[in-house]
Amino acid sequence: MAQRIRLQIARYRPEQESEATFDEYEVPYTKEMAVLDGLNFVKDRLDGTLAYRWSCRMGICGSCGMTVNGEPKLTCATFLGDYAPGPLRVEPLRNFPVIRDLIVDIGDFMRKLVRVKPWIVRSAEKPIAGGEYLQTPEQLEEYKPFSMCINCMLCYSACPIYGLDPKFIGPAAIALAQRYNLDNRDEGSADRMEVLSEHEGIWGCTFVGECTKVCPKHVDPAGAIQRYKLTAAIDSMKAFFAPRGA
Amino acid sequence: MEQTHTYGDTPYHPRWLRRRVSTYWWLWKPAYLRFILREGSCMFVGWFTVYLLLLLAALLEGPLAYELFLAWSATPAVLIVNVVTLGFVVFHAITFFQAAPQAMVVRLGRARVAPQTVLLGHYAGWVVVSAVVAFFLLGA
Amino acid sequence: MTPSYDVVLVGGGGAGLRAAIAIAETNPRLTIAVVSKVYPMRSHTVSAEGGAAGVIAPDDSIDEHIYDTISGGDWLCDQDAVEAFVHEAPQELMRLEHWGCPWSREPDGRVAVRPFGGMKKMRTWFAADKTGFHMLHTLFQTSLKYGGVTRYDEWFVTRLLVDDGRVQGVVAIDLKSGRVEAITAKAVILCTGGCGKVFPFTTNAAIKTGDGMTLAYRAGAPLKDMEFVQYHPTGLPFTGILITEAARAEGGYLINKDGYRYLQDYNLGTPQPHPVFRSMELGPRDRLSQAFVKEMEKGRTIETPYGHVVHLDLRHLGEKKINAKIPFVRELCTKYQNLDPVRDLIPVRPVVHYMMGGIHTDIHGATPLPGLFAAGEAACVSINGANRLGSNSLPELLVFGARAGRAAAEYASQAREVDPRVIAQKTDEHRRLEQELFGRKGRERIATLRDEMQKTMEASAGIYRAAPALRQGVAELQRLQERYADIAIEDHSRTFNTERVSALELSFLLDVAQSMLAAALAREESRGAHQRTDFPKRDDQRFLAHSLVSRNADGSCRVEHRPVTITRWPPGERVYGEAAPHGTAHQAADRPLSSGAGV
Ligand SMILES: Cc1cc2nc3c(=O)[nH]c(=O)nc-3n(C[C@H](O)[C@H](O)[C@H](O)COP(=O)(O)OP(=O)(O)OC[C@H]3O[C@@H](n4cnc5c(N)ncnc54)[C@H](O)[C@@H]3O)c2cc1C
Ligand code: SF4
Ligand code: FES
Repeated sequence: MAQRIRLQIARYRPEQESEATFDEYEVPYTKEMAVLDGLNFVKDRLDGTLAYRWSCRMGICGSCGMTVNGEPKLTCATFLGDYAPGPLRVEPLRNFPVIRDLIVDIGDFMRKLVRVKPWIVRSAEKPIAGGEYLQTPEQLEEYKPFSMCINCMLCYSACPIYGLDPKFIGPAAIALAQRYNLDNRDEGSADRMEVLSEHEGIWGCTFVGECTKVCPKHVDPAGAIQRYKLTAAIDSMKAFFAPRGA
Repeated sequence: MEQTHTYGDTPYHPRWLRRRVSTYWWLWKPAYLRFILREGSCMFVGWFTVYLLLLLAALLEGPLAYELFLAWSATPAVLIVNVVTLGFVVFHAITFFQAAPQAMVVRLGRARVAPQTVLLGHYAGWVVVSAVVAFFLLGA
Repeated sequence: MTPSYDVVLVGGGGAGLRAAIAIAETNPRLTIAVVSKVYPMRSHTVSAEGGAAGVIAPDDSIDEHIYDTISGGDWLCDQDAVEAFVHEAPQELMRLEHWGCPWSREPDGRVAVRPFGGMKKMRTWFAADKTGFHMLHTLFQTSLKYGGVTRYDEWFVTRLLVDDGRVQGVVAIDLKSGRVEAITAKAVILCTGGCGKVFPFTTNAAIKTGDGMTLAYRAGAPLKDMEFVQYHPTGLPFTGILITEAARAEGGYLINKDGYRYLQDYNLGTPQPHPVFRSMELGPRDRLSQAFVKEMEKGRTIETPYGHVVHLDLRHLGEKKINAKIPFVRELCTKYQNLDPVRDLIPVRPVVHYMMGGIHTDIHGATPLPGLFAAGEAACVSINGANRLGSNSLPELLVFGARAGRAAAEYASQAREVDPRVIAQKTDEHRRLEQELFGRKGRERIATLRDEMQKTMEASAGIYRAAPALRQGVAELQRLQERYADIAIEDHSRTFNTERVSALELSFLLDVAQSMLAAALAREESRGAHQRTDFPKRDDQRFLAHSLVSRNADGSCRVEHRPVTITRWPPGERVYGEAAPHGTAHQAADRPLSSGAGV
């Protein structure tokens, strides 16, 4: 027997209103059902006008981030049963402009991502016929956690610094920069340092640490930023004491 | 190099809802409150430095000034401020240490040293330094 | 002003992004647009888990990979295409290594490979069990460095611009603003992925609705081999989430309700404690899914609220191996099934996974329509024949994405300028979108029609098929097409109207579904993933041939057949288990497998 739970869903209809409102729906649920299944039930059976993003339904595409009872969550990996008896509040991710209902604009992140050069930078390319760049499992493990980011934006949503200063380059972009810096095939860390050592780069972060807590993929962006600060500090010390570059 | 751009990208669409962060955002979550407290604690760290400087100045000026400084320090107001300061400085130190293992990846040979070990190392360091200071103070 | 490019790519998945980079590298002066209905890194390639095949191990050979692919495809593959594919796959995977893909490694730092179903050697490159995710993000991030690429993120293509038989661009809706625009181009490449959503139970994401297949089909390009639908033997019940074949390649067992490794009863070899190439759990997907149905008929499966299941047993692999090689499998099981494969059996059942068929192209990705190219799951080259081998699709995206990119670049460099008159078609399309979707008050719910279509497809074109059910399906789809004309759209907003998108996707799905049933009905034989109970034998006399479905003016389908290209491998029998395919499997059969120690 399916139980029922009430969903309070934030609505924003830009052509009709200038503020968000809440609509309430009741949906049946079983223990397998994710919050996203609840939204799909609403859209398919109760109200076709509800707008939200989703795709893979397996926690890997990063589309379905929303604020569930105040916390940023992947709705396909958050289960209705965990919020029984409800009601449950579903809102768009915080800190982003809302386009419509539960859909936010992440264009800002997409532009920042390009700035940190998230690709392998090398002075000389090896020909394909030359085979692979060697990388031991230990070297792989160095950057692997930072390569797990699915760009779901939960960390930006949890970061009060980003909320107060949208110029802050933010957790995931820095983690991805670090992903390439720590890859032994890459030679671009100096290029990336220019962007990251700006005021809105790593130094914008005052280590709230929430990004790491909400990250569904255990990326630890806060750790990436802290590590980066240490590297940057050591670099500038070196530059100070050995200006000609020892 | 020319960067990729998105044609359909509208950085500031007038219809989008831009919600302002509430002035009381730091009350939303315990973690945010802790963060604000830690940020606030820097005022006390600052005061602590000023206090030390005053102590130094008094010492240099001579015994009388030092006596006066001690008497002033014993007034309830200054005492209370200093007790609160101690609390915040300890809080600051602890949160700082907590962050340390995330910033420092220590490697012994091939294996990464466990974050807890790095944290413990920091505390051990703290104890050692405190012991040395205590030794000089009490020994002298 | 109508934006205009040399090449427009529809789709930002593995195939689309690889094609974009290929064009930028072939001719940096060409202007390129990537139009995608989701941000590229959300494309479904992101879900692929197991790995990507490419010959690299010293004991492997190009010929063996070719043979495995052709026999796996039940001799319906075009052998010239397979040869090109197998030759180029290792280079493409290596290129991805140079771009930063975090391939799992051997202790000495070389790329590690793992065994995979239907493959006789270890040749599947992997990035733990998030191979597609890492490939897609590597491609996407690398694509950011090419200045000539303009992205249209969250733009939904509704139609191809065709004039004088030549494809010259697309019409698309900008979802954020709702405006309808023409984007013209000298060449268009469709990389829109598969159409798993024609079925109710699938590993495929919500976005896999066959849009590109229908776009091409409506514009006059034929669809090829649409009757071949791959069921993956191991999906989680309820969600349909895939448990990758890598779980079996690492040594997992499939057992029935009595704990018996039932595959031994279906000509798939005898059980060994360790996985054996091309045997038992490492047999091809079509045969494993068919074995499940037979097992169910014998009453030896387990009944659950979400259908019959068998069990995948990974417990003997141990926590360490599971964490190192298939951590995502563990994550998915804990999250979605509330169990831990280290201790528990995983319930699994066959699930619709992949479309062997697609837009008919030659080995350069060109379709019969001038100016139109296709690559990836949306296309059918064909290297997959009647059954794709696991881990052949990801390298296919790279090899044929790059080939289509180069071919389109060459075509665009020589093609005439776009005829400005095609832009007028945008106005027609705009009017159609307005009228069909906003203009009238319909009564049919999108979700209801979609459910009925999916049920129809499962009933008539499931793992086993027969003429009566197929005919019934054809009639039912016709009724659904008529009901679609009376569809209700409650959402009248121009801003991110997802209901309008669902309606358009449903319409794409219905056309694709019709082409599948038409092709399935016409193929009166059993081959690979297409099993007819009324024609249980393979019939090389009549059907060593591709089906090509074209659309008649009234919307009905026309099916033709054209011969398969055979180069060096004449049709033979598909043999799995101990019996030797071309004589050499014996050594492999009793050698335990273990793949690299990388993570
Ligand atoms: C769960 C799962 C696991 C898999 N594992 C493996 C594996 O281990 N090994 C292997 O080889 N293969 C695997 N496959 C198969 C393989 O992943 C897919 O075949 C492949 O990723 C398809 O890639 P693609 O580039 O063709 O399309 P997709 O990645 O699906 O991309 C399609 C693109 O087209 C765009 N698009 C679609 N329609 C429109 C439209 N109307 N307008 C604008 N844009 C549009 C989408 O936005 C998207 O960007 C797996 C598949 C699944 C489902
Ligand atoms: S770092 Fe984590 S939370 Fe942030 S975008 Fe990446 S996966 Fe999401
Ligand atoms: S739907 Fe893909 S992450 Fe949730």
